[in-house]
Amino acid sequence: MKRTRPVTIIGGRLVLPGSVEAGAIRLAQGRIAALGDVTPEDGDEVVPAKGKLIAPGLIDYGVFAVDKPAFHFGGITRAALMPDQRPALDLPSRISYIAKSGKPEFWVHPLAAATRDLGGEQLAELALMREAGARGAATGRRWIADSGVMLRLLRYAAMLDMVVICHAEDGGLAGEAVATAGEMATRMGLAAAPAEAEALAIARDLQLAQLSGARLHFRQVTTRAGLALVRQAKADGLPVTAGVTPAHIHLSDLAIGDFRSFARLSPPLRSEDDRKAVLGAIADGTIDIIASGHDPRGPEDKRLPFADAAPGMAGAEVLLATTLGLVIDQVIDLPRAFALLAANPAKLLGVEAGVLREGAEADIALIDPERPWIVDARKMAATAGNTPFDGQPMQGRVEALWKGGVRI
Amino acid sequence: MTAPVPTPPPSRFPAGRQAFPHRDLLGIGRLERHEILFLLAEAQQWVEFSRRASKHADLLAGLTVINAFFENSTRTLLSFEIAGKRLGADVVNMHAAQSSVKKGETLIDTAITLNAMRADAIVIRHASSGATQLIADKVDCPVLNAGDGQHEHPTQALLDALALREALGGVEDFTGLVVTICGDVLHSRVARSNLLCLQALGATVRLCAPPALMPAGVEAMGAQVFHDFDAALAGADVVMMLRLQQERMSGQFIPSPREYHHLYGLTKKRLAQAAPDALVMHPGPMNRGVEIDSEVADLIDRSIITRQVEMGVAIRMACLDVLTRQRRGVEGWA
Repeated sequence: MKRTRPVTIIGGRLVLPGSVEAGAIRLAQGRIAALGDVTPEDGDEVVPAKGKLIAPGLIDYGVFAVDKPAFHFGGITRAALMPDQRPALDLPSRISYIAKSGKPEFWVHPLAAATRDLGGEQLAELALMREAGARGAATGRRWIADSGVMLRLLRYAAMLDMVVICHAEDGGLAGEAVATAGEMATRMGLAAAPAEAEALAIARDLQLAQLSGARLHFRQVTTRAGLALVRQAKADGLPVTAGVTPAHIHLSDLAIGDFRSFARLSPPLRSEDDRKAVLGAIADGTIDIIASGHDPRGPEDKRLPFADAAPGMAGAEVLLATTLGLVIDQVIDLPRAFALLAANPAKLLGVEAGVLREGAEADIALIDPERPWIVDARKMAATAGNTPFDGQPMQGRVEALWKGGVRI
Repeated sequence: MTAPVPTPPPSRFPAGRQAFPHRDLLGIGRLERHEILFLLAEAQQWVEFSRRASKHADLLAGLTVINAFFENSTRTLLSFEIAGKRLGADVVNMHAAQSSVKKGETLIDTAITLNAMRADAIVIRHASSGATQLIADKVDCPVLNAGDGQHEHPTQALLDALALREALGGVEDFTGLVVTICGDVLHSRVARSNLLCLQALGATVRLCAPPALMPAGVEAMGAQVFHDFDAALAGADVVMMLRLQQERMSGQFIPSPREYHHLYGLTKKRLAQAAPDALVMHPGPMNRGVEIDSEVADLIDRSIITRQVEMGVAIRMACLDVLTRQRRGVEGWA
């Protein structure tokens, strides 16, 4: 590993759990050596922050590709990789390969395929994959239709204390749908499924979680009814967490107008009412994690008629700015934004990161929260520019990034 | 001395801009009421023209029209072909079944290929909603949507309006008219285009289908929703029947054709509940004995189904003419 001088970032605003305070931070031997009222030591590289934010590097919970330039652009230092790869991450060897693939400048935490080839039928070797570095078991982009299989999976995962990451869409209802049932889908003539497909799936999985004692994480909860179920489950003390991506926070199904395949997502974009419910759930703590769902797709997957295009968006570059937008809109405050982007994902992964604390991994982002920029699908750091935010103005950008105390 | 400039007759169309400022015809949803009326007015001349013994014009002489049909079609393809030929264009038909689409070429590459062959207009039918728009974005010539998935079939709605207008005795629009569209609305692009077109022209549209075949949100689009065919028929001036689109169905939507006919088949007895001289329409192809009985389909004074087919050619001639005016340098359109 590259040996580097200790770094002291001075004159910044530290984003701490619960507060933002003026101060400095010193990074040495890959860890946070000190923070707060810190002065540089002899031989330190001194970086003046000029009042900008010193924040933990983002941890992106649930991406579909390891795309370092895009992650680094977005201030992301770790990501949990979904098992939906070719081939699926359903063997210990594949998990251990992926777990090492990004180091040192980027850490990938693989999520194991819960079932072989993500087929939803046979359990995969979860214990062996856990030992190989898997940080959870995911059903992938698919819902496990067979409740018997799901219960056995949850019981097994509970025994191993592995969190199960679910895709909340009832497969029977969703079928071939590419949009949410409603006026927009009807006008466009797109196959659509009722939004209730999500709540149905969540309701079943919550029942099975209660029965099995498993920890559940719904990677994307996007409807009012689905969020209400999660809210109630949390109130009842179930170990359940929920995430969402910027698309469902900021866009409704109006964005599928003109058949833009960049807005073809899974689950599909919802109604404006559901979008408002997502905002409410972010504000009241029902949603724990905002992730990019980064899934760069080139023209061969996206330059197709809407229904024939692959779902997914390149989201890593806009994750930070869109979440800072929620701070500007006063939906949440800055510490909460970084809980959603870093601390909570770290907790769910079980890694010592995601907060500014002495002794923690020195994954640090220096962020100018004011800097304006415009998303341009043709000029992105990601391997493909399939973003539904193309052309939109953003505010907030990473100025510098350190992974394990090493500047990237 | 020059002669005084005659005052032009008052126009139904807004002054000061082109009557039809679109390069493509992708859907009724993008058209204004006056643009629909303009196309109908333009088609009128071709109705009379087509009834003559010698029906050949050279308006589009030298122009190449490509009919790119990625989905099987008999009547629409034929109608577009005849329309192009009657206007003197060189018409080429491309059938997807025999094309490189089967060899894995993407739709965009096919579009770029057609464009490179310097087509002057491309008519497209495709099984995916939005496919025509995708092609229109990539080519330099006018694109006509001949049906894309379950999205729109604009020339069908226009020809239906033309047929209806003639059958009603040359009315300007359909204010006060009640039109019942019954059948597989969910899978029907014809229903969507007709809903938009008929409403733009002032009609009240009732949609009737079993719940599984009724798309969500059509009330928000202004339609009245019925599941009971008899109620939907009561007092209707026009009854438009749609086919069950079995080829688009994934899974079972109705128990059997027999049961469907029992609930939603248009019989002579049922038709009696509509307005006394209600007209019967069907975009074809018909499944006689399922959604419509033969004796209703063949009612000489009530069924305008063959008239619809006739109007199809006139409408498509008008669309090809209007959309190529800029290329042909027609005065006032350049």
